[in-house]
Amino acid sequence: MNVMDTRVTSAMLYLDGVHVSFDGFHAINNLSLTLEPGEMRAIIGPNGAGKTTMMDIITGKTRPDEGTVLFDGVTDLTRLDETRIAELGIGRKFQKPTVFESQTVQDNLLLALNVDHSVRGTLFWRGSKAESERIDKVLETIRLTDARNRLAGSLSHGQKQWLEIGMLLAQDPKLLLVDEPVAGMTDVETHLTAELLKEINKTHTVMVVEHDMTFVRELGVKVTCLHEGAVLAEGTIDQVSSNERVIEVYLGR
Amino acid sequence: MTPHMLTRSLDRGAAIFLAIVAACGILIPLSNLLLPAGSFLQVPTYLVALWGKYVCYAILALSIDLIWGYCGILSLGHGAFFALGGYAMGMYLMRQIGTRGVYGNPILPDFMVFLNWQKLPWYWHGFDMFWFAALMVLFVPGLLAFCFGWLAFRSRVTGVYLSIITQAMTYALLLAFFRNDFGFGGNNGLTDFKDILGFNVQAEGTRAALFALSCLALIFSFLICRSVVSSKLGKVLIAIRDAESRSRFLGYRVESYKLFVFTLSACMAGVAGALYVPQVGIINPSEFAPGNSIEAVIWVAVGGRGTLVGAALGAIVVNYAKTFFTSGVLAPYWLFMLGALFILVTLLLPKGIVGTFNAWREASRERRPAAASAAAEDGVTEPKMAE
Amino acid sequence: MPTNLSARLCTLVLSLVLIAFALPAFAGPFEDAVAKFANDDYSDTEEAIGAVASSGNKLAFPIINALQDGRLMADPDSKKVYVTGTDGKSIDAATGEAVASVPDSASAVRLNNRLRRSVDAALGSLTLQSPDLGARLQAAQSVFKSHEETALDPVESALAKETNRSAKTALGEARAAILLFKSDATEVQKLEAVATIKARGDQEALALLSDIGTDQPASVAKAATSAIGSIQNSLAVWSTVQNAWYGLSLGSVLLLAAIGLAITFGVMGVINMAHGEMVMIGAYTTFVVQEVIRTRYPALFDYSLLIAVPLAFLVAGAIGVLIERSIIRFLYGRPLETLLATWGLSLVLQQAVRTMFGPTNREVGNPSWMSGAFDLGQITITYNRLWILVFTLAVFMILLAMLRYTALGLEMRAVTQNRRMAASMGIATSRVDALTFGLGSGIAGIAGVALSQIDNVSPNLGQSYIIDSFMVVVFGGVGNLWGTLVGAFTLGISNKFLEPVAGAVLGKIAILVLIILFIQKRPRGLFALKGRAVEA
Repeated sequence: MNVMDTRVTSAMLYLDGVHVSFDGFHAINNLSLTLEPGEMRAIIGPNGAGKTTMMDIITGKTRPDEGTVLFDGVTDLTRLDETRIAELGIGRKFQKPTVFESQTVQDNLLLALNVDHSVRGTLFWRGSKAESERIDKVLETIRLTDARNRLAGSLSHGQKQWLEIGMLLAQDPKLLLVDEPVAGMTDVETHLTAELLKEINKTHTVMVVEHDMTFVRELGVKVTCLHEGAVLAEGTIDQVSSNERVIEVYLGR
Repeated sequence: MTPHMLTRSLDRGAAIFLAIVAACGILIPLSNLLLPAGSFLQVPTYLVALWGKYVCYAILALSIDLIWGYCGILSLGHGAFFALGGYAMGMYLMRQIGTRGVYGNPILPDFMVFLNWQKLPWYWHGFDMFWFAALMVLFVPGLLAFCFGWLAFRSRVTGVYLSIITQAMTYALLLAFFRNDFGFGGNNGLTDFKDILGFNVQAEGTRAALFALSCLALIFSFLICRSVVSSKLGKVLIAIRDAESRSRFLGYRVESYKLFVFTLSACMAGVAGALYVPQVGIINPSEFAPGNSIEAVIWVAVGGRGTLVGAALGAIVVNYAKTFFTSGVLAPYWLFMLGALFILVTLLLPKGIVGTFNAWREASRERRPAAASAAAEDGVTEPKMAE
Repeated sequence: MPTNLSARLCTLVLSLVLIAFALPAFAGPFEDAVAKFANDDYSDTEEAIGAVASSGNKLAFPIINALQDGRLMADPDSKKVYVTGTDGKSIDAATGEAVASVPDSASAVRLNNRLRRSVDAALGSLTLQSPDLGARLQAAQSVFKSHEETALDPVESALAKETNRSAKTALGEARAAILLFKSDATEVQKLEAVATIKARGDQEALALLSDIGTDQPASVAKAATSAIGSIQNSLAVWSTVQNAWYGLSLGSVLLLAAIGLAITFGVMGVINMAHGEMVMIGAYTTFVVQEVIRTRYPALFDYSLLIAVPLAFLVAGAIGVLIERSIIRFLYGRPLETLLATWGLSLVLQQAVRTMFGPTNREVGNPSWMSGAFDLGQITITYNRLWILVFTLAVFMILLAMLRYTALGLEMRAVTQNRRMAASMGIATSRVDALTFGLGSGIAGIAGVALSQIDNVSPNLGQSYIIDSFMVVVFGGVGNLWGTLVGAFTLGISNKFLEPVAGAVLGKIAILVLIILFIQKRPRGLFALKGRAVEA
């Protein structure tokens, strides 16, 4: 059984001693990390540090070779598949914006809504007022109300990023994993995104992976730097960015 | 399903299509039966049978479009479901022959007497009853699709891997049905049918009725596909087609969706096969040949996948062309044409006839600024096949 | 039984006498013996066979040979006997003089089963000392099977003169077979005989030992029983070896057909359904090469395959490059469309070949070094299968070396691992694509040359390999040549071991079902790459 009898930890997300290797390459090496409920955490680190692999592990795409991954203190995520983990309330935004390009913005959000996701439920689905109100609200939040009937594939890169964040909102998970949300955005868009994430953080636990240090600074939250699949440093942005090792492997002198 | 679901969002194209099929289903049999033979407007019986065959192919094409066009599952073994449905019907028709066979055995079909079999194999029991055979027409292809899909989709076999193993599946069935001891007539298959539900299968009236039934089945299949793809489930299928792993991360159990639509599609293919057999008068293992299944896929590609109407249209157009060219002096060139069709459609007309027409209509509508927001049409633009 | 025994004794005595005295000069006894054929009496005929066989007369062989074939005609009225040649000309059996025609009253000398064995034995002893080694071995073999006591003396005299080792063994076995059945042989002789026959260890030895009857000394019967057991065991081992060999042979054919696909599908990710047609084109290239050689330079026939291999590579490779440039390059990233387009292409190529060469099978000959077979223990290995195995492994090694050590190989690997990076490093990726596809197709062409030696060369040749080839590549693991090798041999061998149990067709179905199940378990094959990059 994947549910512990008693709550082991108060953390929303608890990783301990996680290892993953691909054909001898250690992608994740004794990674330990905790995320408290309501917290927002920024993850930084050089390419190949294992940021995306860590998200793959949390969302069930990759199975770790060893280690503990607990969600909400009770659920062992390493034994569940993506669908089950999503149902538990972990949402994910991908590095490359992944929206359903051949469907409208509105339908993208409709698909993301956390309602009955069973075959029978969708086959006999009929829209409700509550659902369309929620969609309207999300559209407003991500500023895509005017584009609601456009195909998602026709959106600009920044709009796609927002649509994907909007899908996370519609999904309304307990924990949001956000991979590089501002890649390819203008400065204004980056700023707005930071505001949006802070707004989201008022009601959700969030983990953000990002390279853009200005953006991370703007979020103003605790930062974890990964290197070679393990935690290199953790603390405020100033503490981490003044850490010798971090400067050496990531920021550069 | 509620009537609401069956009629939901029937756009004009679909309505025209249904009207034409219904008109053909009524007028062609009437013209064949009521008008004097040789009259200008009379449709000769051989044409009724031929067109009935096309209609069956159109149902098969719909079933392929449902999984390929909307869910990205390219099955290269759908001919197997078609053939299994056909065999189920063929077994019923064999049992109906009774003592009129060459050997006059009341129970055993001729080929079993010929092979010196003493009693009917267990899996032939019950096929003397039409209702049982009709049930098996749905059940056998459905069960195979369910088992196959359950294994394949759960372990996430996708894309070309899935296509290749579906091809292996139909190939294995081809080899099996060629064997005499498998109990389905070996390479001769099942033939020499006499009657169906008491009517002579050769009679004009029966043929006309079978044609009308095929049209009815096409209309029903279309409405079922239509209601599936226009429900929220249809949107999920497209989501799976375009970004499978994204759908998983949203909490959709992708394998269940695929399994549902694959099994539904196999049952439809089975019905198509069952209607095909009495009209053609024979079912043999060559229906399992991998080439047949691939050919059926090209009908869908020609008509336009993910459009339903296009799939049915493609099946009829390509098969009409096949009949036209293979019966004349151009016969040796038919394979060249079919091959070229595969290549040209994939290279130059990736959306197919209907898809291209829809895109053109949409583009010209968008030039009229007011109607721009209507782009939400049921339509599916440019299916993206890559994972 | 007594009459039979006395007849045999008579024959024995008579032949001993005849061997001692019969010389060509004594024309009388030979002619008398020949005349006995005309009596139409089985025991007379038997005597005649013994007498003629041991006469040393040069007509003995043609007479007994004709008797076996039903061409020995006897006229009961004139007691004259004639040998009708296979060419229709006849001679007088007693004198050897040609005769114009055999009289109508003459009819073929009749034989019964017992006499047929005598004839076989007589023919055996007549050829035991033939100058031709093959004839001697055959004769020894036929004596072994018939184990007629009358043949003992000829066998022993032949054995004394024989110098060839295998012929000596064969004669020794023949002698053992005779002694084993000879009622007055000593127990020691019989035990030795059992040992010799046991050493032979094949199906016939088994049949012989199972047939010795109940009137044998207890020790001999016991030895024979144990020999039967040990022969059965060794035959079981040999049948396993045989299956393994057939499996290797099938595996090499599968590998040969799949190896080009391992490049185009495995390395490039292109689904080429026209791959089988590249194999077919290679086979037809061989056909054309042989046609030209047959009509112009017949002496070069043994080299036809050596000429065909590079030609087939070039022809199929060039067509491959053409296909890549004209169709496939527009479809990269759309694997399912590639599949359909190349399927269409395969229809076009098949029909083109059908139009040019006709729909029927074309005759492709085996050069002398590829025909025939040799025995290895209890199994027979044909040269064509052996050469194909060797050839396949050679092609595999060359390909492996090419990928590892040549510039094109390096570029190919670079492009498949990271196309953008390779392009930015100055590799002309589209040229590499075309060449890679050409290489895969060219290898398919080479496979066609080899397959033309064991399969029918027809427009459908390729289709029969395409599903198997895909199975091999998918089973072995995409993007891994070693996986393809292991996949091909695993499938080949398991197929051949399943065949005796399940039958050929069911075995094949079982393999297909097993692969389908296997792919569910390991969707990326035996030797799959792991990690994030693979899923991109």
